[in-house]
Order: sequence, then structure tokens, then C-alpha cells
Amino acid sequence: MTSFVEPFIRRKNEPTNDLGLVRADYDGAMSTLCAGCGHDSVTATMARAFFELSIEPHKAVKVSGIGCSSKTTAYFLRESHGINTVHGRMPSVATGAIAANHELAYIGVSGDGDSLSIGLGQFVHAMRRNVNMLYMLENNGVYGLTKGQFSAAADIGSTAKKGAVNELPPIDPVSLALSVGATFVARGFSGDRDQLLPLIKAGLKHKGFGLIDVISPCVRFNDHKGSTKSYAHAYKYYNPAIHADYVPPSTQIKAAYEAGEVMPVKLHDGGEIRLRKLENGYDPRDRAAAIGKLFESGQSSEIITGLLYINEDHKDMHDMARMEDRPLNQIPYSELNPGAAKLKELQKGFR
Amino acid sequence: MRPTNTRNPDYFHTVVDCQWACPAHTPVPAYIRLIAQGRYSDAYMLNRRSNVFPGILGRVCDRPCEPACRRGRLEEEPVAICRLKRVAADHRGDITDQLPKKPKKTNGKRIALIGAGPASFTVANDLAPLGYECTIFEKLSEPGGLMRSNIPAFRLPEPVLSEELGYILDMGVELKLGHKVESMDALLEEGWDAVFVGTGAPRGKDLNLPGRWDTKDKDGAAGANIHIGIDWLESVAFEHTKKIGENVLIIGVGNTAMDCCRTSLRLGAKRVKVMARKPRAFFKASVWELEDAEEENIEIIVNHSPKSFVVKDGKLTGMVFELTEYEINENGKIISQKVTGETTIPCDDVILAIGQDNAFPWIEETSGIKLDKWQVPEVDEATFESTRKGVFFGGDAAFGPKNIIWAVEHGHQAAISIHKHCQGKMLGGRLPNEVEMLPTKMGMFEWRYSNSYDDAARRKMTHVELTKRFADLDVEVELGFTADQIATEVERCLNCDIQTVFEASLCEECDACIDICPVECLSMTPDAEDEAELRASLSASENIEGQALYVSDALPLTGRVMIKDEDVCLHCGLCAERCPTAAWDMKESLIQIHYADEQDGGQKREQGT
Repeated sequence: MTSFVEPFIRRKNEPTNDLGLVRADYDGAMSTLCAGCGHDSVTATMARAFFELSIEPHKAVKVSGIGCSSKTTAYFLRESHGINTVHGRMPSVATGAIAANHELAYIGVSGDGDSLSIGLGQFVHAMRRNVNMLYMLENNGVYGLTKGQFSAAADIGSTAKKGAVNELPPIDPVSLALSVGATFVARGFSGDRDQLLPLIKAGLKHKGFGLIDVISPCVRFNDHKGSTKSYAHAYKYYNPAIHADYVPPSTQIKAAYEAGEVMPVKLHDGGEIRLRKLENGYDPRDRAAAIGKLFESGQSSEIITGLLYINEDHKDMHDMARMEDRPLNQIPYSELNPGAAKLKELQKGFR
Repeated sequence: MRPTNTRNPDYFHTVVDCQWACPAHTPVPAYIRLIAQGRYSDAYMLNRRSNVFPGILGRVCDRPCEPACRRGRLEEEPVAICRLKRVAADHRGDITDQLPKKPKKTNGKRIALIGAGPASFTVANDLAPLGYECTIFEKLSEPGGLMRSNIPAFRLPEPVLSEELGYILDMGVELKLGHKVESMDALLEEGWDAVFVGTGAPRGKDLNLPGRWDTKDKDGAAGANIHIGIDWLESVAFEHTKKIGENVLIIGVGNTAMDCCRTSLRLGAKRVKVMARKPRAFFKASVWELEDAEEENIEIIVNHSPKSFVVKDGKLTGMVFELTEYEINENGKIISQKVTGETTIPCDDVILAIGQDNAFPWIEETSGIKLDKWQVPEVDEATFESTRKGVFFGGDAAFGPKNIIWAVEHGHQAAISIHKHCQGKMLGGRLPNEVEMLPTKMGMFEWRYSNSYDDAARRKMTHVELTKRFADLDVEVELGFTADQIATEVERCLNCDIQTVFEASLCEECDACIDICPVECLSMTPDAEDEAELRASLSASENIEGQALYVSDALPLTGRVMIKDEDVCLHCGLCAERCPTAAWDMKESLIQIHYADEQDGGQKREQGT
């Protein structure tokens, strides 16, 4: 917990984005998390992603549940829309918001407790529906806000701060996402923002549900020997399998990589994600291979990271449900509410 | 690449931009902190140690520190360092008991100091307390050199000057006024143990255009109403000149020109024009001196090259100028110029302020002191010794016109040389600077400096109303800062001497410092071959010359390195507040600079603030 206020400092010659805003315009209130918390690093990277994508802050929506990670929506995008929902209920609130206005950029911030225990059902169904949002799951394996009990993401054999050993198998959000049909599945690590930043940008631009499971160590309750979510452990077993760069539509294609090394994936907005293979034989467009790779890495302690699966061809919730294209707030009231007579007519059709 | 060597005393010194830029290396942030604490006397004494004349310099210093100030890289205006120095001087208590004392007995070594300006006085200040018998020779009837003769009293009041010179005279320094040294050979005959020449650059440049010598005064002497700037200012200072015509032209646009035009207004001139050959970007005068002159309705006219003086019946009536146009390239350099016409501007007096030169007509070739064809002596840049052993030069006399603060630094260095010379030691064997790192942590999120960022703009100095300031020559224009202004201005200082110090072995690479940094000057990246390669991989990679990248040892978990861009860091300490393992810490870097009194071991410097 910190006692100081983060200063907002305007510098001359500060870099600006296409909107003329500076990076600090995408900051929020001062974080009250513990010094060294991985979540702060994720927050900073999210703010930078929105800055670099030149998304107008008032066209972004932050949604979160309960927990340390869910608190962080206060710490970036101070001028955006946002809601802290009930514990584990963020996906349904986000689903409703997106149904009302799908033109905004939605980012959900949640943790392993919020998403994998109390909110597991909500989480899975949002992925099934392919709700068009980026879901950041800041995963530290413990309930930090209640002093470090194991969460459902804790690995078998990992120990709590006072030595208790976890014997329950973990729920892996990435495997889960692949099994229920999420269309953008990635894993990152708060300690590698070079990898995380383009993942967030790509996830925001992906049409459909994007999940980034971020290993984000809890410095207070899960950063000890015996933890599999500590900084030391994550750095040791960290294995970036694939690197993804988001290239906006307007950018000229630069021959930065040798042909054959780069796999481009076209996005709906006209931009593309360029995947760089860091390991031979891995193609994140192949779901079966992704599941296989994950299973393989699960056998060793290796933490496989990067954009593990992407599918741009699947319809999102809005298309599947054939919903109104215009945001509800742009539809004239008379059209939005055609009156009691129309309602009766509609109801007739269901009799 | 190799981790930054912070043991090198110059490393952290360069980070303190103001102190590094100051010729005398005044510890600026440290004295500003003392002012913030209301410890004005301590701030004054800390200043005095390096720059000897805080009250004088707090008014008229050339302020090389301010353009260097880190604050100026963040917003438009730097911290008002110079005016805060004046605050320390204005509000100090009686500090006489803290000054170096006249020794009980002398060491028998006699030092002759020629010229009673800042350089000689600094030498005396450093040597007299050590027991040297210092004698200052001055041709004028008052001491101070150009500080008295060339700087008008409305910028530097006489009592301020006399008081600070008096401190040094009280250390047992003998002052021989009205004593012009006519011959170096004769002086050397007198058997001094060392001689120091601090006679300045006393010869103002003339402008020999047609008509220059056609004017006549009432006694028939040629050149009436056409004055050499520094001579004229001296004549005003010693009250030989008390009035000037209504229409005055100043030729030249340096700081002397600014003093001439403003002095003219106080002697009865109604319309004063400063005539510049080139556009404003090429003006030699300091920005603030230009502003102060223009506030007094001085007109500055650009692109006018003087051509001739217009004289009717022996009386100056005007001056002819060529109108000049310049072609300037994108680097701001003049690539060509052409004359587009001619104009005559009427005037009663012309003051030439186009530079000054060294002049040593009294130094004979037989003295063994070599002068080049510009009358500049051959002087060693470190020891200030001339080609004759035991004769030293300093101030403008050494390397041509600079400013007071350079003269002070020359004086310090020459004093060390004289001390070594008199002991028969090698002049080059001087104590190197050292750096001492002092902790600043007071508790959780608590440091012994004000680390929170204050976005206040630079306080504006209040001036005497225009209607009141011309009544007398010695009405000081600047009123000094008020209590509110002081309180605000001190908080603008970024405390660049409180350094971010990193201990790689403690870091667990959580990125907290990188996230909290409000100016994004930190990064962790794989090590690289050299600094250029590291800069290429940085998020904030503006490269201001002179500001390094602080590179850590390899980090324990990944072998990457922590990098801090010294150019953009604001020393706010948030990295250290946020760091869970105290790998980042804030420490005060105390640059130990050794003057003459410390060359033999001697006493220790003041502790940090």
C-alpha cells in the first residue's frame, strides 16, 4: 500500500499518439497494490496498448469483478467507462454492455479466483458465445486480497507461504478456453512486456473473445520458494513459443522478417497479426496442435507463452445472434421503443 | 557493456546539470534545500565556499547553470537558481563568525595580486586564512574591478559589493588603491613569492568608421560624444560622467550594451536605441538582460550595420547604417548577407559596446611572460601559471573576456597553484574531486528531501515601477523574491543531486519501478555491446549530449540489465518508493571539491543537506 500520489507530469516534447494524447493520458489513479505486484506491470502495459492504438479513452470500457486484479481497472484509462461488478459476474455484465454498444473497445480484467472459482461458469459461457472483448486473466495462483489461500490455478505440489502443499489439480484457463471455442488464446508474463504489449494490442483488435492468461506474481503471498507463480519460477521456466506483432491497417508492410518465418493473420479491421515462430513446427492456427503443445508442456514445468491459438473466421456473439448493428444509444427512441401495439404483435408470433 | 562506474566522481556530478555547468561547481540543489528549510545563513555559506560572492552573483551572475537546468528540459523555464542565491544572501543572518579568520601569524610568504577584481579577491580569500601575506594593487580608487566600474548600481548596489569584498579584506588582506602597476619587471624585482595577475580585459574595442574623430568637445579634443562602453560605464560609476544627450545609440548587443542603454536612461536620455548588425538569434546578451532592457522601453533595432558617423560643425548629429539582409539555413547559420539600403539615424551620443580585449602594456618582454599577438598570455589551463614560474593569471586576464563566475573559479585554481608553488611542490599534484554518497531515506515513503513534483511555473521577479526607477542611478531594479515566491521556487528544484542508486543483486525484476516512473526513463533489456545499441532498444531514447545511460550489473534472474536514462529522470524517487526489495535507493551525491585549504589534508567539507 502506498501513501503517495502519482504525479501527473507534462513534459515538453513528449511523444504523442495519433490523437495528440500522451502516454500519461492513459493512466489512472495511483495503484494501491503492494509494491512489486505483477498486476501493476500488466496495468501499465494495458495503458500503453490503448495509447499506441490511439483508442480514444471515452471509447473504451473496463469491466472487472472482485479481487486484486479487478481493482486495477481504477489504475488505467481514467477517462474511460468502467464497472466493478459482483464477484465473478464480470462476463455477463460485459456481455450486456457489448449487446448495447458493440462499437466500443471492451477490456475485462479479472483474476484466477474471480474467473476460475466463483465466476467459472460466467467465464466459460462468455468464451462459448465469442463475446467481442479482451479478457485479461491476471493469474497469481493465490487469493492475495484474503492473504494467500490457494486458488483454483495453483499447481499440484506448489506450496503456500507458510508451507502447506496444494494437492488439487489446477484449472488451466488456456486449455479451458481452447476446449470451449475461444478464438484468441494467449499466455503472457507480467515480467515480459515486450511480448505482452503486442498481445494486448492484437487481442483488442481481434473480433471475438480474446483471452490472455497473464502469469502475474503476488509479491506478498506467492513469491517464495515452492511457488510455481513466483518471479523466480516464471523467469526460470518461461518459454516464449510464438511472438505476435499487431500491424495496424494503415502501416506499410515492412520486410522486417525473412519470408517463411512470419505467419500473417488478417484481422477484421484490415490490420494483421504477424506471428513469429520461436520454435519449429508450431502453428497457432491449428487448435489440435495448440492443445497438444499445452499438454506436452504441462508434463514438464515449462510455461509456454505467446499467442497460442487464433481463429479470425469464427463469428462473434453480435453476428451469431444477428443483433442490431447500431449501438442502442444511436437508435431513435421511437424505433427503440415502438410502443405497446408493436409489442402485442410480437408476442402474437410466439403464441 | 560495462556497468556504469558511479565511483567516478564526475559521473553523478554530470547528472547535477546546474552544478556541472557552473564553472565554480556550486552545489545548487543542496543550497536550495537549505533555503527551503529557512537555513539562509547555511545556504549562504555553502554558496560562499565555491563562488565566494553569493550576494553579488545572486544579482549579476551570467548563470550558466540556468540554461543547463533539468527543469528546462521538462518545461519552458528553468529554476530561478540565480535569484535563489540572492535569497540566501538577502536573508542571511550575521555570518561573520563563520568566515575564514585572519591567521594569528602569517607564514611569511608574500603574494602580489594585481587588479582588485573577483579573481584576485578569490585568490586572497583562499590564501590569506592560510597565512599568506596578500597585497592587492588597484589602479582605481575603489576595489571591485568591473563589478564596480562596469556593472551599474541599479543592478548591483554598492553596499552589497563592498560588504562581500570587506569579508575578504578582513582576513588580513592589504589593499593598495590608486596604485597602478606600471612595470612587471619592477614588481618582480621586489621579490614577491608569487604574483597573480587579475587585471581583466580592460580595453574596449573602438570602431574606426568615417567621422569617428571629427567631433570636437568644447576644449577641441577629438571624438566627443562617441564613447567606449566600458570606459563610459566606469566614468559613470566614479561620477565623472553625470549626463548624456537625449538621443543615444548603443552599438552592439551584448551585456555591456544592455548596461549602457539602461544607464543612459538614468542619466537623462529620452530615446535610446540599441543597434544590432544581426537578427535576434545572434544577440550576445543574455535573454534576461534583453528582457530587462526592453521592459524599460529600450528599442532594439536589428539588421543595421554601422557605416559612418554624421558630424556637422564638429558636433555629432547621427549615424549612417547599412540595412542588411541575411540568409539563414535550417541550422540557424548565416550563409549569405546582402546590403539592401542605407539609413541615417539622428543622435546626440553614441556608445560603442562591441567587445573588449586584453591589454598588458606594462608587462615587458624581459619578464619572461609570453603574450601572443592578441595580447593574451600563454597560461596553463589547469594551473594558471604563465611562462614565468611563480607568475599566475586568472579571470579575463588569463583567457580573454568571460564572466565573474569564471574569474572566481580561476582564482580558486590559481590559489592552489600558488600554495603549491610556495611550498615548492609540483603544481600538478592537486587533490582530485571525490564523491560521497549519503543516505536520504527517513522511513517508509519518506526522504530527507522534498521529492514530490510541483508543477508551478517559474516565479517572476518583481521590479521597481518604471515611474520610480529612473530617479537615481542606484535604485536597485529587482526587489528580490517574496516569502511566497521563495516557497514556490525552491519546490521547483528537482534535487538532481539526490541520485537514484541501483543494487542489481537485490532486484527481482517485478517491473514496479518501470511502471511507476512518471517519465518512463527506466527499462530492463538484454545487455548490449555499447550505449548506442542500448539506446536503440529503449522506450525513451532521446539523446541529449552529456547525459549518460545508467547501466546496472547483470540482473540475477534473467541476466538482463536495468537502464536509466539520466537525461529524463526527475529524481522524484518513486522508483525507490515502489521497489519491494530496496534495489533502488535515493542517495545524495556530495561532490567533494578541494580548495587550497584542503590540499594538505586539512578540514572536511560541510556535510550534506
